[in-house]
Amino acid sequence: MSAKRLRPAAWGVVVLLAVLLPFFFNAYRVGQFTQAAALAIAVLGLNLLVGYSGQISLGHGAFFALGAYASAISITDLGVPYLLTLPIAGAVCALAGFLLGLPALRLRGLYLALVTLGVAIATPQIIKRADGLTGGTQGMSLDKITAPAWSGLADDQWLYFVTLAVAALMFVVAGFLVRGRVGRALVAIRDNEIAARTMGVDLARFKIGVFAVSAMYAGVGGALFTISIGFLAPESFPLALSFAFLAAIVVGGLATIGGALFGALFIEFVPVYAADVDEALAGVIYGGVLILFMYLLPGGVMGLVRRISSTKATPRGTDDAQAGAGHRLGGGAADAGAARERVRAQ
Amino acid sequence: MDRFIQVLVDGWATGSLYGALAVAVVLIYRATGIVNFAQGELAMFSTFIAWGLMQAGLPLGLAVLATLALSFVGGMLIERVIIRPVEGGEVLTLVIVTLGLYILVNSLAGWIWGFGNRAFPSLFGDGSFDVAGAAVPYESIGIVVVLIALVAILFAVFQRTKVGLAMRAVAMNPESSRLHGISVGRTLMIGWGVASLVGALAGVLIAPRLFLDVNFMGAVLIYSFAAATLGGFDSPLGALIGGWIVGIAEGLAGTYVDFIGSDLKILVPLTVILVVLLIRPTGLFGSAEVARA
Amino acid sequence: MSLLEVSDLEAGYGPVTVLRGISFSVEEGRIVTVLGPNGAGKTTTLRALSGTVRRSGSIRFDGKDVSKRSPEKLARKSVAHVPEGRGTFTGLTCEENLRVGAFPRRDKAGVAEDMKRCFGYFPRLEERRDQHAGAMSGGEQQMLAIARALMLRPRLMLLDEPSLGLAPKLTAELFKILEKIAREEGVTMLLVEQNANLVLKFADDAHVLEAGRIVLSGTAEEIQADEGIRRSYLGV
Repeated sequence: MSAKRLRPAAWGVVVLLAVLLPFFFNAYRVGQFTQAAALAIAVLGLNLLVGYSGQISLGHGAFFALGAYASAISITDLGVPYLLTLPIAGAVCALAGFLLGLPALRLRGLYLALVTLGVAIATPQIIKRADGLTGGTQGMSLDKITAPAWSGLADDQWLYFVTLAVAALMFVVAGFLVRGRVGRALVAIRDNEIAARTMGVDLARFKIGVFAVSAMYAGVGGALFTISIGFLAPESFPLALSFAFLAAIVVGGLATIGGALFGALFIEFVPVYAADVDEALAGVIYGGVLILFMYLLPGGVMGLVRRISSTKATPRGTDDAQAGAGHRLGGGAADAGAARERVRAQ
Repeated sequence: MDRFIQVLVDGWATGSLYGALAVAVVLIYRATGIVNFAQGELAMFSTFIAWGLMQAGLPLGLAVLATLALSFVGGMLIERVIIRPVEGGEVLTLVIVTLGLYILVNSLAGWIWGFGNRAFPSLFGDGSFDVAGAAVPYESIGIVVVLIALVAILFAVFQRTKVGLAMRAVAMNPESSRLHGISVGRTLMIGWGVASLVGALAGVLIAPRLFLDVNFMGAVLIYSFAAATLGGFDSPLGALIGGWIVGIAEGLAGTYVDFIGSDLKILVPLTVILVVLLIRPTGLFGSAEVARA
Repeated sequence: MSLLEVSDLEAGYGPVTVLRGISFSVEEGRIVTVLGPNGAGKTTTLRALSGTVRRSGSIRFDGKDVSKRSPEKLARKSVAHVPEGRGTFTGLTCEENLRVGAFPRRDKAGVAEDMKRCFGYFPRLEERRDQHAGAMSGGEQQMLAIARALMLRPRLMLLDEPSLGLAPKLTAELFKILEKIAREEGVTMLLVEQNANLVLKFADDAHVLEAGRIVLSGTAEEIQADEGIRRSYLGV
């Protein structure tokens, strides 16, 4: 079966499994899958920023937190129905992303990483400070979401399907974005800014745009995540969260849509930032896996899947995007050196 | 007025601590072009080792010396085993590997020593002397002196020894260095070893103030990055002076600017980083080569 | 026994093979040049010799097999490679650059003496000894690269297109100095060059490389006299 026909079939299987899932697991597990779906949205957003447009952000958790609090405040203080808080969270974060994207234009690589790292570290403190809005260290509680009678579903199942639906929508949108002109422009920018500029790509517009979109995704994910848990506090958004998102896109596969799923599952079910007895060992495994992935599987799980499933030459578009991203990572000195050699070969 | 002096002196000492870790960060950047996000965690781990040695009965001074030696070796091993396979690759790869290292080391320390905090004795004792009405602890002066000495020693090593020359050459042009008979791998290992040693020293100096726990270097890291950025990322002296400026700014802002108070002080290093990178990316002392993205 | 004996050398980058099995030798004390058009594999040849590119085949230096040696080890055996791009350490001063050149050596007095001799060959470098190398012009950096190589007290110098990017007058001056160095220091030189005119007047032996193979070998006079060469490379 050619790679082209395999992809929709694979997605079909994923969707089928996702729909059947809540009927086979208990409420607690379903809740975890709901959280994973919410995380997947945020992870996808980060992948757009880092994997596709090559801007390194270590502060994704900040947008996640912003969306979460925007939603929580809308629900408790403004009485907005929870579903409507999603676009609110998205809009607030898109604006924030736009504002952060502006200075980010002037920073590249490590410098951008540094600044966003600072934002991530500052986030819990800023939340505590704005305690008038956020409830400070006490946090905020949200009322439990109940399933409407006509659905015939249990509460946890309802919430799961709502989250899944939103996630599906956002995945489809992202898919369109990256397969079209926008996606190609992003990849061009990531791989060679100078060349992209000469091809007429308006760098500033795209880079800021991606920042805004990426933040929006994080915000929606944050809102859904919080609605699912029903409680949030500054401790819910530590530095480790931003690291987790980065880990997720690496494990799942940079510049892939599907990778967000694997990545989200990875970080949901290997809890690092949940304060627990096993936290220490989980962290060791987590960090170790991250490092190993960079050596062995720089293309992430999706890279592996692609390698196994493709028998013909890779088609244009996103596969090149992924190939580019995967190739650029890992392999280290050998690759970089060989690439330079090739350019100067006499 | 004596409040002001107190804040100034405190800020200067705290700034020296930020500068200490910043020097370690700058050393690795200079030698390898890598910003090591795990630098603070490695320093924390070393500090725990020092603590562990003291629990086993060693006096403070000896424990610190042993820790410095062990950290040097540890740094070399980390370069050889963990960093070498991805050296020279993409920025993102290195960021992720050092982040992975951050997570791993942090959790490993928690696994071995638990997550509670504990006291760590100061190398300089608890006394203080009186300067114009303000109490200046021996520790503060001691820290500043140690760091100035450190920077002076590093300067001498870099500028006047063969090893230092090799480290600078490798940082600038590894391929050309190989053609001149310099073993790039060995030089990088030494660079990481030295940086880890400096990091351990920073940890041992900082711990008495902040209490030793698994996360005590976490916040310090961003202050150190601010110091390094301000100093110019490839100058240990710049890192130290950058540290002093950040430390004093933090102290002043925390005391006299209400909005910042005591819990938003983290905004100070953040602002410093942003301002420096937007206005003068090479910092105060960095050379133009530093602004490689 | 030749100082350098190469046989069946193959080399390339990744899946691409550039050198397809070349053989030649370099006698001690001679100046040998490898000529050829762009893409023929000239730079690859030098890289294959110093070991910075993947290679197979036999390379013997001073009778010993060095075909698996790393570049650092080869440098310590006193083979100096002046690479394409000159390899300048831009952040180091001119004098520090020279000290790097002498890195494998342990005789401090000898190094100091050699530095004086280098400044003798290249007075312009002495003027700039405390300036950052990155601020020097292309021609000066080329001289610096050669001086660095000389600081090794090498038995064999590999030079990759020393004339590249230099004005003709400067190139002529450079070659005069190279010749002086070769005769006075007894350094064996292997140069790759595109500028056939200039180098054939200066070299003792020559090999012509085309598409990864040596198509012609002989003394410089013989090559210069060859009809085919005159037409293709000397524009006559």
